[in-house]
Amino acid sequence: MRILTAVIAIAVGLLVLLGYFFPQIVYLQTIQALLLNWAMLMLAAATLVGVINLASVHFNKIRRREKDNLFSALLVVFLFGALIFGIIFKPGDAMTRLMLNGLILPVESALMALLAVTLLYAGVRLLRRRADFTSLVFLATAVLVLIGSATLPFGNIPILTDLSLWVKQTLAVGGARGILIGVALGALLTGLRVLFGADRPYGGN
Amino acid sequence: MIEFSIFAFAAFLLLVITLWKRKSPAVLRELPALKRLYRAIGVSVEDGTRLHISLGQGGLLNAQGGSALAGLAALRIIAERTSVSDKPPVASSGDPLLGLLTQDTLQAGYHAAGVDELYAPTSGRITGLGPFGFAAGAMPISANENISANIMLGHFGAEAGLLVEASERESVPVIGVSDNLAGQAILFAASQEPLIGEELFAAGAYIGAGASHTASLTVQDILRLLIVLVLLGGAFLKLAGMI
Repeated sequence: MRILTAVIAIAVGLLVLLGYFFPQIVYLQTIQALLLNWAMLMLAAATLVGVINLASVHFNKIRRREKDNLFSALLVVFLFGALIFGIIFKPGDAMTRLMLNGLILPVESALMALLAVTLLYAGVRLLRRRADFTSLVFLATAVLVLIGSATLPFGNIPILTDLSLWVKQTLAVGGARGILIGVALGALLTGLRVLFGADRPYGGN
Repeated sequence: MIEFSIFAFAAFLLLVITLWKRKSPAVLRELPALKRLYRAIGVSVEDGTRLHISLGQGGLLNAQGGSALAGLAALRIIAERTSVSDKPPVASSGDPLLGLLTQDTLQAGYHAAGVDELYAPTSGRITGLGPFGFAAGAMPISANENISANIMLGHFGAEAGLLVEASERESVPVIGVSDNLAGQAILFAASQEPLIGEELFAAGAYIGAGASHTASLTVQDILRLLIVLVLLGGAFLKLAGMI
């Protein structure tokens, strides 16, 4: 069974990949589109499984009276409430949109605001945690870019604005490209390992 | 055709170097963060604490699939090594497909350790869909489940800051790396030993995932060197007015 799952996964992976490499071969394109459509269907099914998993984790927390189980109870109530609401009113309905805009978006905005404070605090703590050259450069760059981009009460300082622009458009872009090339190479090799069956994160292998 | 040639060349190198690496021991440069990860695995078994491995919210059907698969490869080894602990590891993710594979990978780790009966499906969790939903669901794990280290390997955006903050509040060390630049910057500032970009894909080799992982690192180095040569060559030709 394990060999069969590996054979299916590798064959599907190769067919999809060949579809990208040889777009002129119509037969490969058709197979690729079919397989990707199946993957999308499985993604939808997986989402449902994910919701069941989430609910079961929190049901267990409530049943065992674990710490913060009140939040778990709230999550379960709102999860099923939103599900029933969505089934009754359908996703496109004004009421469902109101629920999304009135609950989910404000909560996400609040978390985003919290994140701004968290990041500032992380920056301050960086020197205490790791007082080395790279940390100093990291903080100095962050401060320079902030001052260079912000509207100051006494007007912008031209040299800082220019320096900040140069850091953002030259140094930062160069560094980002370096990191992204490294990540792309890593992703390529990880994909190859899966295609060769050396890594098999499926079928209990 | 260029893409296919690069792919075929990388595949050929990976095959040859994997066969070669099987016969010779791997020599890896020291990465303090991954050394710390290796130590954290041992400590969690010895002192009966749990590891929280977070794989982020990268999907498998898009460009973040590589980081998700790298995280799964590391999770497989961590699960195998720590499944016999009093407190087996917890893995969280923010993508449904990745969540399913997380559970499958954890189960495989338990099976390899010969303790199938200890596996609990709720140890692999989808904590929420979407970046902030995922972070909000994963944040309480550090506080409530006796966690000794938070290992973040995968695709994290700015929401990584919230996870790191939750860990800091419980004095739980973070070992983290992301394939996303915003997440990477936050994890660089927040972790004691930083990992950067491609080092995400080196985790497996450093915790003993096998010859194919160490061979991957060698192939990455070769390809990177070739890219550097191409970039320098292009710059030189441009400078000389030849292109």
